[in-house]
Amino acid sequence: MPGVLVFCETKDGKLKKVSREALTIGRKLAEQAGGDLVAFANGNAADEAGKYGAKKIYTTDATYTADGYAAQLAQVAGEVSPSVLLFGGTSNGRDLAPRVAAKLNVGVASDVDRLEWADGKLRARRPVYSGKAFASVEVTGTPAIATTRPNAFPAEEAGGGAAETASVSAAADSKAKVVETKVPEAGEQSIAEADIIVSGGRGLKEAQNFSYIRDLAHALDGAVGASRATVDAGWIDHQHQVGQTGRVVSPNLYIAAGVSGAIQHLAGMSSSKHIIAINKDPEAPIFRIADLGIVGDLFTILPVVTEEVKKAKH
Amino acid sequence: MNSVVCITHVPDTESRIKIAGDGKKIDEAGLKFIVSPYDEFALEEAIRLKEKSAGDVTVLTFGPDRAQQALREALARGATKAMHVKGEVSDADSLGIAKVLAAAIKTLPHDIVFFGKQGVGPDNGLVGPMVAELLGYPQANVVTHLEVGDGKLTAHREIEGAEEVLEMPLPAVVTAQKGLNEPRYSSLKGIMAAKKIAIDTKSVADLGLSDADVFNTRVVITKLELPPEKSGGRKIDGADPKAAAAEIIKYIKEEAKAL
Ligand SMILES: Cc1cc2nc3c(=O)[nH]c(=O)nc-3n(C[C@H](O)[C@H](O)[C@H](O)COP(=O)(O)OP(=O)(O)OC[C@H]3O[C@@H](n4cnc5c(N)ncnc54)[C@H](O)[C@@H]3O)c2cc1C
Ligand SMILES: Nc1ncnc2c1ncn2[C@@H]1O[C@H](COP(=O)(O)O)[C@@H](O)[C@H]1O
Repeated sequence: MPGVLVFCETKDGKLKKVSREALTIGRKLAEQAGGDLVAFANGNAADEAGKYGAKKIYTTDATYTADGYAAQLAQVAGEVSPSVLLFGGTSNGRDLAPRVAAKLNVGVASDVDRLEWADGKLRARRPVYSGKAFASVEVTGTPAIATTRPNAFPAEEAGGGAAETASVSAAADSKAKVVETKVPEAGEQSIAEADIIVSGGRGLKEAQNFSYIRDLAHALDGAVGASRATVDAGWIDHQHQVGQTGRVVSPNLYIAAGVSGAIQHLAGMSSSKHIIAINKDPEAPIFRIADLGIVGDLFTILPVVTEEVKKAKH
Repeated sequence: MNSVVCITHVPDTESRIKIAGDGKKIDEAGLKFIVSPYDEFALEEAIRLKEKSAGDVTVLTFGPDRAQQALREALARGATKAMHVKGEVSDADSLGIAKVLAAAIKTLPHDIVFFGKQGVGPDNGLVGPMVAELLGYPQANVVTHLEVGDGKLTAHREIEGAEEVLEMPLPAVVTAQKGLNEPRYSSLKGIMAAKKIAIDTKSVADLGLSDADVFNTRVVITKLELPPEKSGGRKIDGADPKAAAAEIIKYIKEEAKAL
């Protein structure tokens, strides 16, 4: 029984969005390749995984470490012998996939935004040169491994019953140990998975003016992004940086205010589905990729937008 | 404390990418190549460790002749040894590269093996953890802070919206993220000193590997293409904040469907 095995992560007892996305595309691949959709997760998510089409779910209660989970996942992959092994592109998914691939002596297509099974092969598309080009690749090993880019595959339930649960027999033996997890700004949404991002640049003039960005982001239930210039200036933490040396994001809506649109910034956000830019310089390069460009002063425009959003939400 | 730093030579991040005639690779003509930016953080960290506790920093690259420039640059900044495994790296997949590097690393003195979190360009983020697995070492991936103690290291790893603190015994693999340090520039004195250091050159066969193990059998690029030119959308004058805000709200509602 080949099929598709998907590495999933839960948080507070629920599957992360990227994991639900990976399960959805995994289900489609299983339909194309033949066989069942099987999940591997850190925590019990049998009901939820079942809704996304998983027939079986292996759960581990070990704390995540790359070497520990690699041992467990390799054992499960040996048992399931899937044609395809997918990892939702969370930090841990991207940490783990190459380790498992090396163990199984197969390759990986990382950070893919399209996937299909055709002629007995996994075909993927991945953005390269930070979005300046796309590479189509064929992954020929068994299993064929890929990590999925957040927001690239819509999560759609298929309405199945709870997945059958199975336990992982291999131990999560690890030389590494997690001693602490620090959550810096409690309640701040991470830009990695956000559907909506509002980003600020040097046009904000000073650190405290990030409140203009935060207010709109919070009103929209979105995350706060930033250009490198503002991170380097110490106005905001690096976790928020979008771009080549920050996070590559592709939310549904990206709003950039006071960001010039340097090539390294565009590299991190140009695949966003909808882009709005506010900049007082009509020649700013950000306008080249914006769907809606506003030539104007962010300090006068943003507060009105924030008020209107709040009104619309009530 | 001995380190190996794996560095890769990539097109400058400002480059305009053109596709080569075969439709599968980039056209390298006229491109300026640099040490991949994350590898600079890796190198800087290794040099700082050496400055604190002596030992060697060996820079290692697998690549064509031009990749020697990357090794020279690293030596000028303070690396003490260099190894160049020659080969057409663009024909290898990430696991092939990892096998070459792992075989080379086994011949070099090391307590920590440093990588960039990803090679800028191919943007894979695969080689570091693959080498860790091949060598049986633990890994600290996407590291923003590192402390090295007696036979072990403590690393801060960036994860979604948080930071994880990991502890592991040496030898170990560390991949560098921006924020780990501020890389130094090379000095004239460093450049002169670097010229005297011989680069140890090897072939894939010298390392006991076969071409079939290394060159593209697992992940094959079938096509490389440029994204469709985004024409830019509407650009409107925002002198009237109310009118501009109304346009934005309309767009958020009707196009993005986010309200
Ligand atoms: C190797 C390398 C990697 C890099 N990686 C990244 C990266 O990951 N992410 C990144 O962002 N950058 C990155 N950069 C830096 C990048 O080149 C730019 O320097 C940076 O993005 C500029 O940030 P900015 O747009 O905030 O600032 P600026 O370029 O200074 O732009 C500020 C903009 O604000 C506008 N403005 C000013 N006042 C107002 C106002 N009142 N209302 C509206 N608009 C206003 C101005 O017209 C201007 O366009 C990298 C650079 C290098 C060399
Ligand atoms: N050809 C190579 N030679 C030496 N090191 C490499 C090579 N390719 C990748 N690396 C290292 O592996 C890291 C991750 O690369 P990648 O997996 O290609 O994103 C890089 O930052 C380098 O440290």
